[in-house]
Amino acid sequence: MSIVNEKDINEQIAWAKINADVLRSMANPRRAYWISVAMCLAMIACAVTAEVYQYTEGMGYANLNNPHMWDMYIATFVFWIGMSHSGTLLSAILHIIHADWRKPIYRFAEAMTTFSLMTAGFFPIIHLGRMWNMYWVLPYVSDRGHWPNFRSPLVWDAFAISTYLSASMLFLFVGMIPDLAICRDNAKGWQKKLYSVLSLGWTGTDRQWRNFRKTYMLMACFLIPLAVSVHSIVSSDFAMSIMPGWHVTTFPPYFVAGALYSGCAAIITLFVLLRYYFRFEEYMTKAIMEKTCKLTFAIAMVWTYLNLVEFASVWYGHDIYSKELLIAKAVGPYAWVFWSMIFCGSVLPFTLAFQSLRRNMPVMFVVSLFLNVGMFFERWMIVAPTLSMSHNPHQWDIMWGSIIEWAIVFGSFGWFGLLFLVFVKVFPSVSMYEVKEMVYHRRRHVVNDEAAEKFHRRASDSKTGTDEPGLEGA
Amino acid sequence: MKRYSIMALFGDFDEAFEAIAEIRHAAIPGITTDDITLKSPIEHPEIEEVLGERPVHIQKFTLGGALFGLIFGFFFLASAQATFLVQPQGGKPVIPLPSNFVLVYEMLIFFGVWITFFSFLFLSGLFRKPHPLYSEKVSLDQIGVLLEVDEDKMQPLKELFNKHKAVEIREGVIHQ
Repeated sequence: MSIVNEKDINEQIAWAKINADVLRSMANPRRAYWISVAMCLAMIACAVTAEVYQYTEGMGYANLNNPHMWDMYIATFVFWIGMSHSGTLLSAILHIIHADWRKPIYRFAEAMTTFSLMTAGFFPIIHLGRMWNMYWVLPYVSDRGHWPNFRSPLVWDAFAISTYLSASMLFLFVGMIPDLAICRDNAKGWQKKLYSVLSLGWTGTDRQWRNFRKTYMLMACFLIPLAVSVHSIVSSDFAMSIMPGWHVTTFPPYFVAGALYSGCAAIITLFVLLRYYFRFEEYMTKAIMEKTCKLTFAIAMVWTYLNLVEFASVWYGHDIYSKELLIAKAVGPYAWVFWSMIFCGSVLPFTLAFQSLRRNMPVMFVVSLFLNVGMFFERWMIVAPTLSMSHNPHQWDIMWGSIIEWAIVFGSFGWFGLLFLVFVKVFPSVSMYEVKEMVYHRRRHVVNDEAAEKFHRRASDSKTGTDEPGLEGA
Repeated sequence: MKRYSIMALFGDFDEAFEAIAEIRHAAIPGITTDDITLKSPIEHPEIEEVLGERPVHIQKFTLGGALFGLIFGFFFLASAQATFLVQPQGGKPVIPLPSNFVLVYEMLIFFGVWITFFSFLFLSGLFRKPHPLYSEKVSLDQIGVLLEVDEDKMQPLKELFNKHKAVEIREGVIHQ
């Protein structure tokens, strides 16, 4: 089969068409979009019902007891925090290294970051039971005279996640300002008022662009170490303890790699959905999908390597409890989860190595879902086996999630989905000005190449060339 | 003398660039590139070749914000931890540096990001009513070159813009 070298984007696409296509997407999605919204609402209803039941009847209905004090809720919390790393990867890291293929897809990845953090934040609150006391973790002067224990990684979590949430929201907002001005210029009624307020009076002056670029770059520089620190701190929730299976030196990089991995997989999922909902075939091209898949494959291999490092360090270490736990993971009651994790996380990504599969949207959609199933299993395998089989044999107890927990976890996907779907309907999910920049620079590159070719031809031929076409807006 | 604002819209960045370059080379006496505001749908950093380098100061505020986060963060935590009389530390250091390092790091980033954002709002000339000559085409696909000039400079400017294939020229009186 021949190898297809398709362009990331058609550089001849007119700027007016970019505006028109993206603005149209906000007004006129396919019916599948509305079906998805309805499904998300139904999922949220499940979670709310389960939470009300748990709240009134007690945390026992979530199978939470000694030694299983966290389990499903913290596994889901870690999963959603991990998902949030997608935006940082696509927006900040690829922005800094000038990978311009990210431009049509980074906006929704940034939105994913914000919404997955907002979803993750629910789980510590739900798990508390006495959720009205959540604010005790915040450091403020109170009449109790007590401060949170600053040595606890749970307090570090509160600092790190609130910083990450506010920084990623600002990053998302700042990156949208020029597009909000485009929306303002094309909207009517209440939407015009909304976009006028949000675009902050942006008119595209050279002063605004200079400051905008600098701000965006500085924020990206802050966001990368922040994202790494957030998931390192989340890993400290486990690694700072002395529990077998948790007291692992490689946990911070392992968590960060897992986070980037699940974030990339989620980008593929939403890439396929948005491409279909909003008819974005010209912007979310197969060439960009290929690059995203290659990136995901590379991260999958890093994650696999770190898994092997963890297994090897336990196997060749002298901690008998950790070694017993490792064996129990592979052959014990959680073995099917463990091997499913290995299959989904380390074997299935090899489908991303084949170009014909990478270019097949339905296949990539299904694969990306299974990659994230694998990553959910990974979080479950971090939490549950250790709690089931810690130092004291009299506390050994196998635990599976209750229907209440599953309903709340299920609903969290609905909550995330609803936030995301509302966002892509109200705000441009493809960055118009960045796509224009991408098209402009690529067109210029093509014109320069053609000019160079003509120049060389002229050197051997006395004929003169014709006028070059204009570059702006095509 | 009446003072006017004039904005030429170009369909091609290169034409706008050439027009500004001509102004820079004193094609019209009394007008310099300092009087020019470029409006564009995307960023054109190459315009500084003719507009001259216009500095950006946001990074200074960013540094200030990050340093503030670092210093404030440490003293905030240390002052909270110093209430050890009501919070016995069990023999551990009253102000534990390793854990404070983590929290101070987060606060450095927190204040760095927020101060960067506020300095962007402050330094970018946002929160202003759009210029009366503002055209929505600037957010679509055209380049605007905006100047505020005396009445006697209007005609030569129009001729210069027309020479460079301006798609549209808008003008308005600022004050009589």
